[in-house]
Amino acid sequence: MIHSKDIVGLYELSAEEIDELLTQGLAMKKLLRQNIKKLPHLMGKSVTTLFYENSTRTRCSFELAAKYMGAHVVNLSVATSSVQKGETLVDTGKTLDAMRNDVIVIRHPVGGAPKLLARTVKAHVVNAGDGMNEHPSQALLDMLTMREHWGSLKGKTVAILGDIRHSRVAKSNLYGLTKLGAKVRMFAPRTLMPQGLDTMGAEICSSREEAVEGADAVMGLRIQLERQHAGNFPSLGEYARFYGVNDEILKYAKKDALVMHPGPVNRGVELTSAVIDGENSVIEDQVLSGIAVRMSILFLLTKEEIA
Amino acid sequence: MILKHADVVTGGGVKRLDIRAENGRIAELAPEIEGEGIDCRGLTVFPGLIDMHVHLREPGFEKKENIESGARAAVKGGFSQICCMPNTEPVADNKVVVSYIVNRAREVGLCKIHPIGAITVGQRGENLAAIGAMKAAGAVAISEDGKSVVKTSLMANAMQYAADFGLKCLCHCEDASLVDGGVVHEGYYSTFTGLKGSIRAAEDIIIAREICLAESLGLPVHICHVSTYSGVQLIREAKARGVRVTAETCPHYFTLTDAAIAEFDTNAKVNPPLREERDRLAVIEGLRDGTIDCIASDHAPHHEDDKNVEFNYAAFGISGLETSFALSYTQLAASGALTLPALAEKMSGAPARILGLEGGKIEVGAPADLTAADLNETWTVDPKEFASKGKNTPFAGREVRGRVKLTVVDGAVKYEEKRA
Repeated sequence: MIHSKDIVGLYELSAEEIDELLTQGLAMKKLLRQNIKKLPHLMGKSVTTLFYENSTRTRCSFELAAKYMGAHVVNLSVATSSVQKGETLVDTGKTLDAMRNDVIVIRHPVGGAPKLLARTVKAHVVNAGDGMNEHPSQALLDMLTMREHWGSLKGKTVAILGDIRHSRVAKSNLYGLTKLGAKVRMFAPRTLMPQGLDTMGAEICSSREEAVEGADAVMGLRIQLERQHAGNFPSLGEYARFYGVNDEILKYAKKDALVMHPGPVNRGVELTSAVIDGENSVIEDQVLSGIAVRMSILFLLTKEEIA
Repeated sequence: MILKHADVVTGGGVKRLDIRAENGRIAELAPEIEGEGIDCRGLTVFPGLIDMHVHLREPGFEKKENIESGARAAVKGGFSQICCMPNTEPVADNKVVVSYIVNRAREVGLCKIHPIGAITVGQRGENLAAIGAMKAAGAVAISEDGKSVVKTSLMANAMQYAADFGLKCLCHCEDASLVDGGVVHEGYYSTFTGLKGSIRAAEDIIIAREICLAESLGLPVHICHVSTYSGVQLIREAKARGVRVTAETCPHYFTLTDAAIAEFDTNAKVNPPLREERDRLAVIEGLRDGTIDCIASDHAPHHEDDKNVEFNYAAFGISGLETSFALSYTQLAASGALTLPALAEKMSGAPARILGLEGGKIEVGAPADLTAADLNETWTVDPKEFASKGKNTPFAGREVRGRVKLTVVDGAVKYEEKRA
């Protein structure tokens, strides 16, 4: 069972909780593979997605996960800029609570916003990505995908390459993977590598080859075009040449290493098309894992234990 | 008025003395003075504390604080004199706002309040504010507060023009392009929280620039709220070669590190940001060896509405007037880093000298500004008890030592703690 009311990050979850989320997620994935999309687990429950940032896949994934289990789903998009903020998050949360929502799924551009909401509301809060902090459901779906392929994550090595600095995915994966006994290597241009990840358990590498050498999975992270404008690297072309993953780089990994990406992928930037479409790529499978693990999250959070 | 049986902190050490005030000034200092007085047995009397960097929010942001509530907080915190920054609405960039503050302070009549004028009109960094007129109206310094004057040539002119009026520039040092929306110190905890950080160089570069200007122009300059180890070193080296640079730091920089933001506590969001342990220790060493001249609270009161929001949207600042003395005593004096006379220098003597204010010492003829504290009392910070409207403090629940019992301004008791 999940001991806290909310899932704000994998930092807060124990290995046992993560394990249970994955086990339940695998069961859900099996059902989805059988095209079973009407389950009773969330019948009579309300789920609201509260998105302060644009998102298509994550929101869609949470929405389908909730609907497949019979929940009422409401989607709220809040356009925000720091200039025109409108109602405060705390007030919005209180309103959603008053409407008897059982779960609020929040995405927000500021780290820590889900924690603020969770402190405010009685509803279960699920973090669907907060700033550069965490994206727990993404990391869980990555781990679910790995678990399905490997059985256990213990002793495996996962290489994460890309914009680590701005990535909530990298950090959530680092927390989750290390808790389940996997090793995490990271590589990024120096301009996109933040401090302190080594203290958090990552092995910081100084080249693509070093990061990928002998890895069981190679994960690319999305490069936002705005990072080029911010001067973090000269051009996408130069990024691809010196930091991207291509077939040559992939050769350093284990032969059957999984190729992963949280999407949406910039073809020819983080990964070449050959890598994306190669036989080791599980990028599409990650999408199904996403719905399954979100079903698992919503179910385990709202499950009522009967003695 | 006579204070009796006090342990008095003088330049020469702590002495058991009685203090007699007459017409607002210290008339007599002696082991035993005849007459009725306030029994200060067990209390240590400092020269009235001076905080050269506070925000009173009036005019314009009275929901956060006003001159009266700020002054109440000041005397409760032991301060007989405070200097308020110009980032009000309208900005204190002209004689009208400066006069307004001077007049309101007089009406409130608690502690002496000295306005600091803006360097440029509207703090916009384009045209010099009416520095001469503000001085004539009562401004004691100029500062762009909360930001740096971006254009270096304008800053050079400001320092020179202000010098004609005997005013110093108090410099908030921040390279805006390096900060670029950063809300915390860049390091382990910025990564841990996913909050945008800014590196020490964002502060150090402007500290270095102001030092270079002061050195080139042969003028004095004052650096506000130093928070980095490297900034302390820049100032130390400049002082060693004779640059007329002075500096302040704040209790939060020698008490806390950026670990305080790990749980997204917006009350620990402050500018410059809380930094790392090596910075905290360097700030203490800077105070100890004289690199950092004084302690200011950077009292920045905010309403709960400004803090109970997402971290990026929360206002910067800590309500500091009522914790400044206790934190300084606890962290610096009780720990042995500073003697009591040295602490009095940091919190009274030095700010008076830097700004050319009367006060800062206990001697016959000086203004009878006195702060009496019980240095043995430990207490727990509870923002609900603050006189300030700003309850925003990262120190809530923290146990500190040293409690202000009595604040005397110009020979009149302006604050006395109710005895149980």
